[in-house]
Amino acid sequence: MNQPSNSIANTDRRDFLKISLGLALSSTGSISMMSLASAEASGTLNAYVNINADGSVTIYGPNPEVGQGVNTSLPMIVAEELDAKWEDVQCEAAPVQQQYGMQFAGGSLSIPMRWDEMRKMGATAREMLCRAAASQWNVPRDELTTADSMVRHGPSGKSGHYKDLVAAASLISVPDEADVRLKAPADYRLLGKRISNASAEGIATGKPIFGIDAKVDAMVYASFVKCPSIGGVAKSANLEAVRALPGVIDAFILDGTPGPYNFDIRESHAIQSGVAIVGKDTWSTFKAREALKVDWDLSAASQDDSDSIEAEALAALATGRVEAEIERAGDVEAAFANAAMTADSTYSTDFVSHAQLEPQGVLVSAATSAVEVWTSSQTPVFITSNLAKLLDVTPGNITVHQLRGGGGFGRRLSNEYIFEAALISRRVGAPVKLQWKREDDMAFDYFRAPTYYQLQGAVTDDGQLVGWKNLVAAASTDGENANYGASYRPYDFPGKVIPNVVVEQSFVKSQTPTGAWRAPISNVYAFAEQSFIAELAHKAGQDHRAFLLNAIGDKGWIKEGDMASLNTARARATIEAVTKAAGWGRKLPEGHGLGLAFFLSHSGHIAEVAEVSVDGKDITVHDVWVAADVGQVVNLSGLENQLQGSVVDGLSTMAAQRISIKNGAVVQSNYDSYPLLRMPQSPRVHVDVLNSGYRPTGAGEPALPPLAPAVCNAVFDACGERIKALPISKEGFKIV
Amino acid sequence: MTTITINGKDHSFNGIDPAMPLLWALRDHAGIQGVKYGCGVGQCGACTVWLDGFAVRSCQLTVGALEGRVVTTVEGLATATLHPVQQAWIDHDVAQCGYCQAGQIMSAAALLERNPSPTDDEIDAAMAGNLCRCGTYGRIKSAIKAASGAMTASALFYNAMEAEELSA
Ligand code: FES
Ligand code: FES
Repeated sequence: MNQPSNSIANTDRRDFLKISLGLALSSTGSISMMSLASAEASGTLNAYVNINADGSVTIYGPNPEVGQGVNTSLPMIVAEELDAKWEDVQCEAAPVQQQYGMQFAGGSLSIPMRWDEMRKMGATAREMLCRAAASQWNVPRDELTTADSMVRHGPSGKSGHYKDLVAAASLISVPDEADVRLKAPADYRLLGKRISNASAEGIATGKPIFGIDAKVDAMVYASFVKCPSIGGVAKSANLEAVRALPGVIDAFILDGTPGPYNFDIRESHAIQSGVAIVGKDTWSTFKAREALKVDWDLSAASQDDSDSIEAEALAALATGRVEAEIERAGDVEAAFANAAMTADSTYSTDFVSHAQLEPQGVLVSAATSAVEVWTSSQTPVFITSNLAKLLDVTPGNITVHQLRGGGGFGRRLSNEYIFEAALISRRVGAPVKLQWKREDDMAFDYFRAPTYYQLQGAVTDDGQLVGWKNLVAAASTDGENANYGASYRPYDFPGKVIPNVVVEQSFVKSQTPTGAWRAPISNVYAFAEQSFIAELAHKAGQDHRAFLLNAIGDKGWIKEGDMASLNTARARATIEAVTKAAGWGRKLPEGHGLGLAFFLSHSGHIAEVAEVSVDGKDITVHDVWVAADVGQVVNLSGLENQLQGSVVDGLSTMAAQRISIKNGAVVQSNYDSYPLLRMPQSPRVHVDVLNSGYRPTGAGEPALPPLAPAVCNAVFDACGERIKALPISKEGFKIV
Repeated sequence: MTTITINGKDHSFNGIDPAMPLLWALRDHAGIQGVKYGCGVGQCGACTVWLDGFAVRSCQLTVGALEGRVVTTVEGLATATLHPVQQAWIDHDVAQCGYCQAGQIMSAAALLERNPSPTDDEIDAAMAGNLCRCGTYGRIKSAIKAASGAMTASALFYNAMEAEELSA
């Protein structure tokens, strides 16, 4: 019964006006009352729930679906409180409208941000159906129960399907929030179960549900060629020759906006300069690029060289160059002076690309003042305001359709390709399907920033970690502020747990744009921190697990009830569960090693253990165990999928993914020079979900950070080599 | 003009560059969009289709060279019911973003056509050309095994029926 969720045709046909009636929630999560008393009878109970005449229930998922499963999990939350029969639920992408609040996918926030709202929407709709039944059957409301899209009255044996009650229910005024009861978790029928992705059948049968599949009549195709050295400006090009090529409709220069290109997803509508080639199909525009010759003005272009950035960063750390303090607690110098043992180590990671499998692309119709966008953006909520400025149209004249994205990982948070397509469409006077080549996607990313951490630890003679220093060398465009993802943010551990802590930083010039990449900062810092703690344990002659548990301690919540905060009991539980599952301390086969890591990011307490074997520089990762506490489980299958996928993604990235920059331009161009992990290299992944019952939090990101340190700790256990730079290919290691 | 049989129907490509990769001919000119663009250089497998029953990368084939050939895409895999591989993909909730999965399904189904009970190593070898950025390899493997079981079971059932009919 579940339909592919994002079909363009369906979205086009939908009566937008109708669903914009009903109750809307402000972004704070409180319900604003919009009485339906004067509305006509309809199947619509609120902005998220529509009961259809055939008995099916349409539930709108407000946030973009890029593979994290929210267009299944968010509707599940509504369906649970609504008591809708899941087999009859159709999950649809909501239109992009103010009433749906913060429509974006980032920070693993969809579930925690929408948890209260989705429950209230389902429960309120259910209450309205019950009230309709009570008045129709002339029975007390409190004697009614619901299940499987039916209202039942036990004493009289009466029952009615939602489809037969919805018309009356839609005329009832919205109940007071206080009168709407939410279920106790013990009564959940759906949440916590394994539910297949709502679009599973559409995906398996090739339905055109992705951003790249968007089509409208009379659309033309476009490719946009930018200067390889980021920020270079197109002065002139052989446009006449290109226009004469078969299949080419037009070719022209877009001036672009001067750099640097900061990761400003809310306000920016900047695009880089380049040459647009418009054609009658995708291939004509790709092929024409081969004949295109552009004279680039490089005076403002980036001159970055990733080797120099690295050399300068490492020199800054080696000489202890400090330009700013990030965090300080206790008396660090005394802790180090009095320590029984100290150690220091420098860790680094390179630029990384997102490499999501669907390259950026979008369909924009901006020929007239009525603008329409079909996109798999992670930030649809920020498209309208920026397009309005860019095109000088009123926001009310812009319609944005959300389509499924072929992977996000933070890549689709920035919307520059939409602005490119909008300008091209405006110029050619037709709807334009802009398709970036894979090579464009790799060259013009907002990359994961390179990072450099020099860590020092002080341990007492009874093995307690009491002092911690971290000197960060951060890439910076202006020399005063770290570029996105290049630095450090104060984490509860070590900052609020180890008594004496200082984190300082210096800056290294870099103009290469960086942005959010799955679990920003955590994804690199966890590698440094959790590897270094294993180093300290080793040097102190202690079992790593015992040392780590001891370091985390037992303070409980660092900030009571704040899900983003460290709860040492949750941390300990995941470490204990994962080491038990992996058989920590067991005798391993010859050449094998076990490695452990724990990290808290995006409110997810996650511990992982890897089992590897090492043959020379060839590393085989046999098994990875994950224990995860992300609170109340919504969709167990979706959650497990994210945990499993994060392990593979983490391994894929640490293995050999590396973006190098020469003369401001990216060296790698496609998956041959920027390899992703393949099936034969991927480990068995065993996941253990600890349903702690806390408020649910997101799972798209937090399982990635512990993977690299777990694997590197296992490599050390297996062969005594300590990996301190990612990707590991830099030191000649390979995942086989 | 080039005529190709696509999912059982003849399709004539008129007035397009014969050097156009089959991928773009299918997507832009034949309304077949299950086939996906991931890399264009034969590295990712998102564009996998069957050519005369063999899994191939449609970004690496030029449409002009395919006169009279038979192409099957994920849209043409199901008959009256879903192909066992498609069903297994749904049952095992394989997809995350799903972008790679049409290609994965075409590679997996081609494998099982020839080798209905592949070993783990044979699955690895057959699937090594299909990237999944979301990391669903474990589920893909489980789904292939389930589909293999279903296909073997139905083949056994079919053979048993046939044997019964013959002996009757
Ligand atoms: S698009 Fe053909 S192999 Fe990647
Ligand atoms: S499911 Fe996203 S690339 Fe495979």
